[in-house]
Amino acid sequence: MDKKFLYYLIKRVLLAIVTIFLVVTITFFTMQAIPGGPFLSEKSPSKETMAALEAKYGLDKSMGEQYLTYLKDVATLNFGPSIKFRGQQVMDLILEGFAVSAKIGLIAAVIALVFGMVFGSIAAVFHDKLVDRIIMVLSTAFVAMPSFLIATLLLLIFAVNLKWFPTNGSQAGGLVLPIISLALYPMSYTIRLTRSSMLDVLGQDYIRTAKAKGVRPSKVLFKHALKNAVTPVITYAGPMIAFILTGSLVVEEIFAVHGLGSFFVSSIINRDYPMVMGTTIFLAVIVIIMMLISDVLYKLVDPRVDLS
Amino acid sequence: MSFVNKKKAEGALPKKNPLSFQLNLSKFNKASDEAKAQQVIERESVTFFKDGMRRLWKNKVAVTCAFILLFIILAIIFIPMFYPYAYDQQLGLSVGKTDYSYANLEPFEYGTTELERIENGEQIFPHIFGTDKDGRDYFIRVVYGTRVSLGVGLFASIIVLIIGTLYGSIAGYFGGKVDLIMMRIVDIIYSLPDMLMIILFSVVLKTVINPAPGTLLYKLGSGMISIFIVFALLYWVSMARLIRGQILTIKQQEYVLTAKAMGASPARIIRKHLIPNCISVMVISTALQIPNAIFTESFLSYLGLGVSMPMPSLGSLAAQAREGIYSYAYQLVFPAVTICLIVLSLNLLGDGLRDAFDPKQKK
Repeated sequence: MDKKFLYYLIKRVLLAIVTIFLVVTITFFTMQAIPGGPFLSEKSPSKETMAALEAKYGLDKSMGEQYLTYLKDVATLNFGPSIKFRGQQVMDLILEGFAVSAKIGLIAAVIALVFGMVFGSIAAVFHDKLVDRIIMVLSTAFVAMPSFLIATLLLLIFAVNLKWFPTNGSQAGGLVLPIISLALYPMSYTIRLTRSSMLDVLGQDYIRTAKAKGVRPSKVLFKHALKNAVTPVITYAGPMIAFILTGSLVVEEIFAVHGLGSFFVSSIINRDYPMVMGTTIFLAVIVIIMMLISDVLYKLVDPRVDLS
Repeated sequence: MSFVNKKKAEGALPKKNPLSFQLNLSKFNKASDEAKAQQVIERESVTFFKDGMRRLWKNKVAVTCAFILLFIILAIIFIPMFYPYAYDQQLGLSVGKTDYSYANLEPFEYGTTELERIENGEQIFPHIFGTDKDGRDYFIRVVYGTRVSLGVGLFASIIVLIIGTLYGSIAGYFGGKVDLIMMRIVDIIYSLPDMLMIILFSVVLKTVINPAPGTLLYKLGSGMISIFIVFALLYWVSMARLIRGQILTIKQQEYVLTAKAMGASPARIIRKHLIPNCISVMVISTALQIPNAIFTESFLSYLGLGVSMPMPSLGSLAAQAREGIYSYAYQLVFPAVTICLIVLSLNLLGDGLRDAFDPKQKK
């Protein structure tokens, strides 16, 4: 680790911290903009009750003070109780849902990366052949489909018509379709990325040298070419996690998977603001950390990258 | 006076000033007609735009996509003008009672009263895509949905284009500290998770903004406004980065130095020299930005945060179709195919434009 890299690392971490702070602040002030207090539900309580409630939740204090308390709460991961799910803490709900979402998301991410790189390399090796054409047509088509459409179409074809998989995510095998619908878009993107960088690398002199000195073709492909071609894929890993996380919002809803996404969607519909706020911050922090990791990894893996 | 001089000079050579370094004209022969003929420009010089268009025209995939898009655009402009049903017209609904035979008609089916009228010899315009669960003609809803989705995509991309270009060109042109600070801001905004922010803003703006009834925004709903706001706040950063990078290279060119030396103001240099040279990059990334905006809009509409009822968008149509997916699967297929067709065409056309207009990729 040289000095330049350390400098970059510090800069990047600082940037991530500022971004997280910004997300937290934006969330607070947008939530403040909602008209009507949280106690204005079916029947409006008396003035005294109102004042007591406001004092209890600290709503009688000034905006600045409320903001500071809020920052402290966020730092200790305390988002307060949920409005919809009475008596439950938002953070507990989030963690409960995230356990499910993380499982699906992780499998989808691994599938997307592995298959993406494999098919991308195949397309590059058989450049302009039939295999390449087929892979490119399919990946171009999948990039043109939003994940909710892929999910609904998969549901229609494989669950409703062919009945290969259950329509409900909680049944056996029910997670197959949600995982596929989350993985298809990032996989197609990875294919395109790997293919173009692989084509670039395969044209380099050192590949020709390796071939000329009699290195086995498989070794040329995996050791010399693929190793150098995967660096752009690393930078995509961060945005991909973000995509899968937000994509899971609707995909989980469609397949009735009880993960963070379906919690989030139902809390939007029910106007459960603490839940919306908590989930937004939670997901945002995960996305920002993933971006940070993928950026730093990229610089670490490829020494040719300019650090300035 | 000079006029007279010129007349005199015709034929005869002008007299050489003995002190000047002017060439001795008597040593030269006049060009013959044959020699002149060699100088005639046989082919018109090819401008950058024409060169690009010629290359684009050879790209069959891109041309096909352009025609598909043109067809869709013409269809969504002109079809509502003569189509006999309105997008929010519930066909079974007459004064006092509802005729449920109009709900969820299959393509080319008719409702009971319509069948009666046909038997009486009347001509009834068929429901090409059938009707939805409220008895509204589905074809016109898909047409309007495409209108909304494509319109939102285009408008949002134009917002991105304007803000991104302004910001990027200022940062790129001034460089130094200005650039550093401006680009730090871009870095921060770039790492904000955009989709989450959009959802957050939409949730809040839905309660805050109440557009005046009767206006276009009222029909579209506050969800659309929040999409535009978020695009204006967040999505311009990648465009700004792109433009800045371009400007940084272009500003090293000699003609910019010349313009500076001649006292042109920064605004003039940015407007007249820098931006015109970024045009191709701008067009390409705008073409690729539109699908992005369409994705976002349909995603939000799917969540119920997008357009407000009864105005349809392709996303909200798909969401409604999912409720009846077991019996009326075709209702999902029409908006789904339309979204895919639009996004695919725009992606491929954008790729084609990049191949045709990006000089770096010239063979």
